[in-house]
Amino acid sequence: MTVQVSRRGLLKGLGAGLAGGSLGALGFGGLEPAMAASVRPYKLAQMRETRNTCPYCSVACGVILYSLGDKSKNARAAVMHVEGDPDHPVNRGTLCPKGSSLLDFIQAETRTKHPMYRAPGTAEFKRVSWDFALDRIATLLKEDRDRNFIAKHDELTVNRWVTTGFLAASATSCETAWMTYKTVRSMGALVFDNQARV
Amino acid sequence: MTNLWMDIKHADVITVMGGNAAEAHPCGFKWVVEAKAHNNAKLIVVDPRFTRTASVADVYCPIRQGTDIAFLSGVAKYLLDNDQIQHRYVAAYSNAGFVVKEGFDFQEGLFAGYDPEKRDYDKSTWDYEIGEDGYAVVDETMQHPRCVMQLLKKHIAIYTPEMVERVCGSPKAKFLEVCKIIATTASPERTMTSLYALGWTHHSKGSQNIRSMCIVQTLLGNIGMLGGGMNALRGHSNIQGLTDIGLMSNLIPGYLNIPTEKEPTYEKYIAKRDFKPLRPGQMSYWQNYNKFFVSFQKAMWGDKATKENGWAYDYLPKLDVPTYDVMRGFELAKQGKMTGYIIQGFNPLLSFPNRAKMTEAFSKMKFVVVMDPLKTETARFWENHGEYNDVDPSKIQTEVFELPTTIFAEEEGSLANSSRWLQWHWQAQDAPGECRPDIDIMAGIFLRMKEMYKRDGGAFPDPIVNLKWDYAIEHSPTPVELARELNGYTLAPIPDANGNTIPAGRQVDGFAQLKDDGTTACGCWVYSGCYTEKGNMMARRDNTDPGDRGIAPNWAFAWPANRRVLYNRASCDPEGKPWSEKKKLIEWNGKQWVGFDVPDYGPAVAPEKGMGPFILNQEGVARLFTRGLMRDGPFPTHYEPFESPMANIPFPKIKGAPAARIFKGDLADLGTSDEFPYAATSYRLTEHFHGWTKHARLNAIVQPEAFVEISEELAKEKGIVKGGWVRVWSKRGSLKAKAVVTKRIKPLMCDGKAVHVVGIPQHWGFVGLTKKGWHPNSLTPVVGDANTETPEFKAWLVNIEATTAPAGAVA
Repeated sequence: MTVQVSRRGLLKGLGAGLAGGSLGALGFGGLEPAMAASVRPYKLAQMRETRNTCPYCSVACGVILYSLGDKSKNARAAVMHVEGDPDHPVNRGTLCPKGSSLLDFIQAETRTKHPMYRAPGTAEFKRVSWDFALDRIATLLKEDRDRNFIAKHDELTVNRWVTTGFLAASATSCETAWMTYKTVRSMGALVFDNQARV
Repeated sequence: MTNLWMDIKHADVITVMGGNAAEAHPCGFKWVVEAKAHNNAKLIVVDPRFTRTASVADVYCPIRQGTDIAFLSGVAKYLLDNDQIQHRYVAAYSNAGFVVKEGFDFQEGLFAGYDPEKRDYDKSTWDYEIGEDGYAVVDETMQHPRCVMQLLKKHIAIYTPEMVERVCGSPKAKFLEVCKIIATTASPERTMTSLYALGWTHHSKGSQNIRSMCIVQTLLGNIGMLGGGMNALRGHSNIQGLTDIGLMSNLIPGYLNIPTEKEPTYEKYIAKRDFKPLRPGQMSYWQNYNKFFVSFQKAMWGDKATKENGWAYDYLPKLDVPTYDVMRGFELAKQGKMTGYIIQGFNPLLSFPNRAKMTEAFSKMKFVVVMDPLKTETARFWENHGEYNDVDPSKIQTEVFELPTTIFAEEEGSLANSSRWLQWHWQAQDAPGECRPDIDIMAGIFLRMKEMYKRDGGAFPDPIVNLKWDYAIEHSPTPVELARELNGYTLAPIPDANGNTIPAGRQVDGFAQLKDDGTTACGCWVYSGCYTEKGNMMARRDNTDPGDRGIAPNWAFAWPANRRVLYNRASCDPEGKPWSEKKKLIEWNGKQWVGFDVPDYGPAVAPEKGMGPFILNQEGVARLFTRGLMRDGPFPTHYEPFESPMANIPFPKIKGAPAARIFKGDLADLGTSDEFPYAATSYRLTEHFHGWTKHARLNAIVQPEAFVEISEELAKEKGIVKGGWVRVWSKRGSLKAKAVVTKRIKPLMCDGKAVHVVGIPQHWGFVGLTKKGWHPNSLTPVVGDANTETPEFKAWLVNIEATTAPAGAVA
């Protein structure tokens, strides 16, 4: 979902006006039309703007993500530029050193890209398919739950499983958190925590 | 936060203590600057280091890490001794006049009812005397020797300015200067805001650190007021969301509790949660607990949660210990009792205390699954990186999975910021490679398990196979579908407040419509109102701010019920008139509460009814005395960190915090000041966010390598030069880093002795673009807060010496 802000129109106008403006102020007034014709349109003016929130700290600064790629079938959208959202009542368009560098997080070389698996006793990860990974993980979880589930303790119904632990992420969305809660709790898991405590 | 970021501009006094807002929340800090520039506000900073926040403060007062309770109790004593309190507010809106039972006592650092074997209290004497009318006895004159005000005065009498100087290392004159400025906000026209963060929470008495400022703020009448409040400046972008949705051992979303073994039936569980008012006419809103609990169970198990089966009560696991927090989880793992761990967006090898213990614990597991957008140290705990991760992979039999996830720019959803705003964000790019959203990954694992249980049976499959799952695309629930579940919806026609009928299958407008008879479902009651029939309230982007109140009421959705300033009824006097016209937020107009914010109160409850502003409390008023609700005491008490350079001066018989849990092995792993004479603390830098930004080029450039900060005095004593390599070690481990020798840290004179602080920032590991380094958690102890089990990351002991570079280090 894109958000229509008026800045694109402003930017388009700026491309022509700015260059001429400062030169004009320096006394080279006659140059303006020629200058304006030679300034290429800002790449930014062609990008799609999306409102998002900085994923780092809890000020939750508004950011505008500029991406190229028009969402047609073979055009993968990619963020090219990140700015603070001037409409945001808290940060008013500013970003700190972390937020300002968000593009480097988005494009980090050390982002994970493929499911990897390390077999016991070995010294490296090997690439595997999603199906392999998810099938194996579900099997490991079910095996452990079946072996160690405690249905009763001293005649009391307790239905708990405490031999597999879950750590949830506090930069995931509320919706992710709810999905994680639902699934983990339905298994009767109690060893369950997140960064809120730590 | 009880208040908001922009609201800080209304403050007359800003106290940054237990946090470093300029460096950790730079864009939020602009509101402190606004307050100074346009409201003539005074900024007070109390910190072991002269931080960047301190550099723009009006007053900086040094303090030894771990002594905040002594300092703040000293402030409270100053206020009471000088009668600088908001008298009408304290009388009407606090439990100062409540009379406590006979038998309550406090001697030599311990409250009545302590059991040293269990390290726990029998809290039955920590409660009010109940009168014949069934309500708590109140003495409005506050003279009864057992009334809260008198007990509080007695409890904090020991924290004189002289004691504060001895314990905290805070010079008496500076401390009194701080007290004087804070005391000015006792006036109804002036407010102080308390900005705090992990400098308070990361201690074995973290909750009580916060409590001691709650007492100060209540005495000053600063809660519920513009420019006031208790403002926790939280860490991650959705830490608030994860807290609210309760992804913890012992929680259900919306601050409900997972049952314990002592509550084997639904009837027993709910009987203990009636939350009857302790004074006449109080709302005691938790009386609605059952409505939230039943609605949650319906959200989880739909038709399978019925009145007959106690709303599927047996589907919930029952606790046999108070909580399986992370320290317990990894203690069990070290004992070989954990089969595996699923780790979503977390890097515990670095983030949890005692690195050596963590490595040992992981190495004993059968499997570890890491879901993360970045390559983490945790996913590579088995990989040898020389000195930086000295392990032998051939000896580690753990199966390890690394699953690539999407990031914020590649998904839509909501995040809850520190001031409880749920802000929706939208997707801007396609994820690289084979990255998948965490939602799809959890769904993928869950659906496979469900299929296997249906096909093969196994241990108690019911809660899994019966989990409500009616998403349009089974293996890929959308964030919108999940948000709608969090808001809540009707399962049958229900009446609304006006007597009209809301049909089945409709989003509810808010938690006031939730029922305990199975006709409503709701994932998280405090979020109710976020996605109604009107649409996605979290997506609203109207930034107008009527009255320039700093609340932007139509931007996104604030829980609860879009109330922006919590307890805002307390911004008016008992007659319903604002204490300060300039700081008006709401007021009583004769028929209802009106104003700039949604009233945090019954909208049509007249002031003469005498209902208190703290509508979630059974008393209806703020608690100076917290009854039996905190494990370690109804009043905060000065306890030393578990590893401290000093004995406890006011209570010499007490070591550490008496009710904090510590496992036997970790107790044996504590060091003393003979071997480790220096007081270490950990913290963060502006340019980095934990271990994430070491992967981001620009951040890696500006802060490329690990360092520790020490004073010029300590450097001279140990022959350490600026930029030279040092080794810092504790009873649990050792690290090497470059030394930053600075004037920003000075030795603290505590009880005639110089205490040296060693500061250790925490952003380096062995993966990423920065130079390899160690994390302070190579050194920290495994002991936590008595109430929350938050580890004591901020105060422990180390030794330090000059050394040579680690092998292979770039100079």
